[in-house]
Amino acid sequence: MYPEYMHPSLKKVEQTRNKRFELAKSGKPVFPPMSAEERDTVLHKFHPDYKSDARRKVHIGPNKGEVITSEVADILESHSRIDPSLFDLSSPDYETDILIIGGGGAGCAAAITAMQEGSKSVVSTKLRLGDANSMMSQGGMQAATSVTDTPTRHYLDAIGGGHFDNKPELVRALTEDGPEIVKWLENLGVVWDKDDEGNLQLLHGGGTSRRRMHSCRDYTGAVILRTLMDEVRNHPDKITYLEFMPTVELILDSKGRVAGGILYNMETEEYFTVKANATIIATGGYGRLHIRGFDTTNHYGATADGLIMAYRAGARLLYMDSVQYHPTGAVFPEQIAGFLITEKIRGAGGQPVNKEGELFVFPREPRDVESSAIIRECYEKMMGIKTPSGRLGVWLDSPLIEMLQEEGYINKQFPAMHRQFIHYGIDITKEPMLVYPSLHYQNGGIEINDKCETNLPGLFVAGEASGGVHGRNRLMGNSVLDYNVFGRRAGLNAAAYIKSVKLGPLSLQHVSDYEKALKDAKIKTNRIAPVLLPSYTPENVRKRQLTSHYEGTLR
Amino acid sequence: MTEGKKKTTVKTSPKEKNTEEMVTVFIMGKAHKVPSKATIMGAIEYAGYQIKRGAGCREGFCGACATVYRLPGDYKIYTGLACTTLVEEGMWLSQLPALPAQKAIYDINKVKPDVTAFQKFYPEVFRCVSCNTCTKSCPQDLEVMDYVQAAIRGDIGKVMDLSFDCICCGMCAIRCPAEIVQFNVGLLAKRLYGKYLNPKSKQLDKRIKEIRDKKYHKGYLELMKMDKKKLEKEYYARDSEA
Repeated sequence: MYPEYMHPSLKKVEQTRNKRFELAKSGKPVFPPMSAEERDTVLHKFHPDYKSDARRKVHIGPNKGEVITSEVADILESHSRIDPSLFDLSSPDYETDILIIGGGGAGCAAAITAMQEGSKSVVSTKLRLGDANSMMSQGGMQAATSVTDTPTRHYLDAIGGGHFDNKPELVRALTEDGPEIVKWLENLGVVWDKDDEGNLQLLHGGGTSRRRMHSCRDYTGAVILRTLMDEVRNHPDKITYLEFMPTVELILDSKGRVAGGILYNMETEEYFTVKANATIIATGGYGRLHIRGFDTTNHYGATADGLIMAYRAGARLLYMDSVQYHPTGAVFPEQIAGFLITEKIRGAGGQPVNKEGELFVFPREPRDVESSAIIRECYEKMMGIKTPSGRLGVWLDSPLIEMLQEEGYINKQFPAMHRQFIHYGIDITKEPMLVYPSLHYQNGGIEINDKCETNLPGLFVAGEASGGVHGRNRLMGNSVLDYNVFGRRAGLNAAAYIKSVKLGPLSLQHVSDYEKALKDAKIKTNRIAPVLLPSYTPENVRKRQLTSHYEGTLR
Repeated sequence: MTEGKKKTTVKTSPKEKNTEEMVTVFIMGKAHKVPSKATIMGAIEYAGYQIKRGAGCREGFCGACATVYRLPGDYKIYTGLACTTLVEEGMWLSQLPALPAQKAIYDINKVKPDVTAFQKFYPEVFRCVSCNTCTKSCPQDLEVMDYVQAAIRGDIGKVMDLSFDCICCGMCAIRCPAEIVQFNVGLLAKRLYGKYLNPKSKQLDKRIKEIRDKKYHKGYLELMKMDKKKLEKEYYARDSEA
């Protein structure tokens, strides 16, 4: 339930709704989309990436000297969890064809594809199989399947949304594989939204010039990922998945090829070694680093683990200076602050409006532009709505959707969203949601080519952990597509690569070398990475955690 | 401040204010004072626990945080997701770190989309006694028993529809006197529906064939050759579908 002081503003949203409904029905843009110059201005002035301390120089490693997101530079300049001298690599605990690090969408897609190519894999995952951002995507997956659309049109939308920084070969792979992925997933059993004739239901997303968002109600990610997980579990002879066993360092061989990893059992605190002829990193992004203090839409384990272990081994990163804030995170009630409000809401006709109930931005600008416009509305124009705890937000008018589509549309198309708010006495078919940008996506990552190869032989990367596909800003629905396209490509190419690999003796020398580089750069820190889990322990509890030394697993 | 909150503030934890109203909850039997508006997950973390098992997406999609609880003066056992359920005074709660559940191994390409699928892989569904405990224990408020009954009738479409929003938290399975693993039944039905029964899109097959025939190859080469200036011009000049 919204507190009473918000009611006058809610009333205004109601009063302007009919006018905005007529506008939306006219078929013309409900607000003028920004020109290139306008986009540039709002981004420079309001996007969090442009704050003076948002970025800093990284002092060691393959990207040394480059200016990147400060929190990322921090985890790159940190110590390993392990002392390499304690590990005997001569008799590994597991030997397999491919080590897949991460059990989300990209990891599962890679495991299934590699299996179909005859390769065995070990999937190392920090939480449970499927505990990943892939599970949480609501709105949909882009693919140019309609008569009015083309894959090249999808290419243009994606590269424009990414400020033309995307690597062309990756955008081509993404967009050209798209329709095939829709089919591949359907063959595995994904239930796409369709009409009775089998026509795929297609909606718009931010920055799309054609309707190409494919969905499974608003449980798109959950339906896709659970299908992939079920398929992984149907092949226990080929795919071994190890839960609560994150990989914390890569292992190299004498020729510098990536040859597996060190796994950490988070429950018994033991370490295990995996020897593999190829390794795929599919560890996702970094929302739980809470960059610039933002709430996040991300799952509990999104701490950029793959980035740091690949970086220590010598992999190059790309576009780590760019962070994606989703325009519409929940900002009220407090308990769900940061929760994702799917862009599909705007795709279906929902509009962001200010405290006077007025439109202030085209509802489907690319995400960074839309987010910046919302921040401007709240903090420069002072047209936001204040929550009881002092946060600001704007309204996202969802009842309009029922007028534009049909009654009952929200319950049918947005069951998750409806459920989330009804817990708190807010019925989104009748009242708008209060939103503010929320930390959402790692635009950059480990640089790959269209075979998911990195600059390190034997290391493949897929999904959010990779960099280059989305340039410096990803469009909605392109990440679900990304983890399927590149998860599959990684599985396929790793399976082909291992046919000619004979590994030499294994080594963790690069971990020791990295420690030395830290010392040589005079970086003094007690930071340790991979971070594995964020800590939400309150200060007063921390002050009492005074164990003076560790004894076994007791502290 | 034009940005997020302070670094120390946490999504599911309530703000720490002395003036805040507090309640007492019993986390696995141990009493803790926590803010009255906290979610169960927020309360567990507020009390100082570092969750390993028992948190996943934290937004109601993954089912990792299934929790059982009782309330004072009430004989009933309640179920909820820790990430979206609010605490109450006197709540006695425990999370389920994992639960045993049989999952059939099958080749989806060889399963027939009818009642034989359930007879073969999940014959327990036919033991359903229609007690409705599964439905009552579902934190998503799904009609679980109805979809089990639909499975018995071989109505794959109905099972798919009613189980669509299932998050596989397992609360139904752990409470079921017939020992059915409802969420896996739902998952099998969804896969069968998506693969075999959802009507096919002819346009999709046409598009895939076009791509295989390299229809867009030339267009791609042109786009990939363009410098930023040319691309920018193309991009901002493109028309948009309503």
